[in-house]
Amino acid sequence: MRLVDRHGVRREHSSFTVPDPAMLAELHRAMVIGRRFNQQAGTLARQGRLAVYPSSTGQEAAQVGGVLALGERDWLFPSYRDSVAMLTHGVDPVETLTLFRGDWHCGYDPHRYRCAPQCTPLATNASHAVGLTYAARHKGHDVAALVLMGDGATSEGDTHEAYNFAAVWNTPVVFLVQNNHWAISVPLHRQSVAPTLAHKAVGYGMRGYHVDGNDAAAVHSVVAHALTEAREGGGPAIVEALTYRVDPHTNADAPQRYRDDGEVEYWVERDPLIRMETLLRNEQIVDDGLLEVYERDAERIATVVRDRMAGEDRLDPASLFTDVYAEVPPVLERQRNELAEELREV
Amino acid sequence: MAHTFPTSETTMGAALNRALRDALAADPDVLVYGEDVGPLGGVFRVTDGLTADFGEERCFDSPLAESGIVGTAIGMAAYGLRPVVEMQFDAFSYPAFEQVTSHLAKMRNRTRGAVTLPVVIRVPYGGGIGGVEHHSDSSEAYYTHTPGLRVVTPGTPADAYSMLREAIDCDDPVLFLEPKRRYWARETVELPVRTEPMQRSVVRRSGSDATLIVYGPMVATALEAAEAAAGEGRDLEVVDLRQLAPFDDATVTASVRRTGRAVVVHEASVFGGYGAEVAARVTEQCFHHLEAPVLRVGGWDVPYPPPKLEEHHLPGVDRILTAVDRLQWESEWVEGR
Repeated sequence: MRLVDRHGVRREHSSFTVPDPAMLAELHRAMVIGRRFNQQAGTLARQGRLAVYPSSTGQEAAQVGGVLALGERDWLFPSYRDSVAMLTHGVDPVETLTLFRGDWHCGYDPHRYRCAPQCTPLATNASHAVGLTYAARHKGHDVAALVLMGDGATSEGDTHEAYNFAAVWNTPVVFLVQNNHWAISVPLHRQSVAPTLAHKAVGYGMRGYHVDGNDAAAVHSVVAHALTEAREGGGPAIVEALTYRVDPHTNADAPQRYRDDGEVEYWVERDPLIRMETLLRNEQIVDDGLLEVYERDAERIATVVRDRMAGEDRLDPASLFTDVYAEVPPVLERQRNELAEELREV
Repeated sequence: MAHTFPTSETTMGAALNRALRDALAADPDVLVYGEDVGPLGGVFRVTDGLTADFGEERCFDSPLAESGIVGTAIGMAAYGLRPVVEMQFDAFSYPAFEQVTSHLAKMRNRTRGAVTLPVVIRVPYGGGIGGVEHHSDSSEAYYTHTPGLRVVTPGTPADAYSMLREAIDCDDPVLFLEPKRRYWARETVELPVRTEPMQRSVVRRSGSDATLIVYGPMVATALEAAEAAAGEGRDLEVVDLRQLAPFDDATVTASVRRTGRAVVVHEASVFGGYGAEVAARVTEQCFHHLEAPVLRVGGWDVPYPPPKLEEHHLPGVDRILTAVDRLQWESEWVEGR
């Protein structure tokens, strides 16, 4: 499924329509910010200010397109490569990076942003989304969820269980599979021999959609449709967004060991930002002035990230013991005192 | 239909059922689900009648998938419900292990207290019922090694009721281990009852010569052993730990300081077992009061055996008393204590 081709030209589709101009502009703005954010975070990782950073350059359309389809009360369940999605969802840019900076695990209050902690053991957050939307319905609330997962994660048993629970319980969850072709170094054909990952939906009695993941308009249109259907009781859905991880897995990866530059080039030519910018310019939805504003917005966020991370935050070692249990048990009270003693001796 | 018994005698199974009933009635956010817990009432009938009495919205069957059961409970709890889920048998809980250790136990810590997960996972555990393969594990050490999780196990029907109510009300995730061979154990007690807070160990039998440190299914066995020992002139104290993690060692160390001798008993294999932690802790804190090394009694370090051999695996009165005999009593005579 594609609504805008790689040359920025609209394609007719029988069931889906291109989002309105305001949304197209918003999709592009979010992608511009996301790309700059990925660059800035990558730089911080090279400087040693982040312990690690998994870039999503090249996948902006899939992340932004999915997230901007969410309603005000909906939840996002990201994995570690979904910083751009989180940023678009409204999570503070520095709090998005707390995990990678090593200051703490989850840097934000999930309730505040309706965003679950970034999931590192892949696919284990998928069933959380099913439970959360189940609970919301139990309480009479209209809350849907978008789960972000990659092609590798679809091999996990937890993915199967979450798909099945969502389908059996008919919870409003859309599973957006960003098929970026590589699970670190393992190619898709070693993960699955299914015709597409979207085909898997059939076995769960779900709807499955296969979409050009570098076409933000298409991703947005399909995810919005799937969310609406799910809210109305039509059941959860799998949306496979075909995209590509242009950067290495993380700054510690060595992609030359497992893939050709030519493959990367092929996908760079299908860059989601260029495609959208071409469409917006050709249809005079945005002009140079507005595009410059987007660039400045992106630069401002990059500057904020840089500045706020310039120094070291003081971390309190005693905080290790505070949020393990609702109340600090005697055994941890003793250990907190032991650590305090160690610190006095230093 | 719920279990009914004459007067105020109750079994542990019925006490657990009553605790679930009372919790469902007390708090609309409580719900119960798992495999076969609906119309069937669970394979041990602990959830008997709950679907009929509270409706499918409050007690229902889920797909047969333990990781999904715990994973969805995490999502529900994050949104304000208090799910009580069942793992049908100890060894069937392992598919959910990642959800328990990486998410359930850590979520409060990962989010600096922003997300709390009041989930109770009920697990019938241990052997002694003639169960075939994979139905008799004592899995407690896997879970007690996980910070953030409360691991509790009742040894009596009154405790089963009180501790389950407390677990459901608790804001920490609780792994609630039910000693399945004691489901039919009877006690005369009027329900509802509230016993000691679950984090506190209790002295089940006072004695002056040595302390038997036990929990769950071994509470009754230890009391039996203490009775037998009394006939031989040895006065054994029995401490029921109740909450295994976090471990509050105050009661047990106070006991050992008085008696000077201790044996930790559990069904699980001894090597790397929970008893090793208890023995180490008692030794560290009571060293100058000890007359003998703290001994451990448990199952052999073998996979849980088939039903016809389990009696040779499980620690019973004889194995406990043999250990008590090895507590270097001769030193008393030598030193003229």
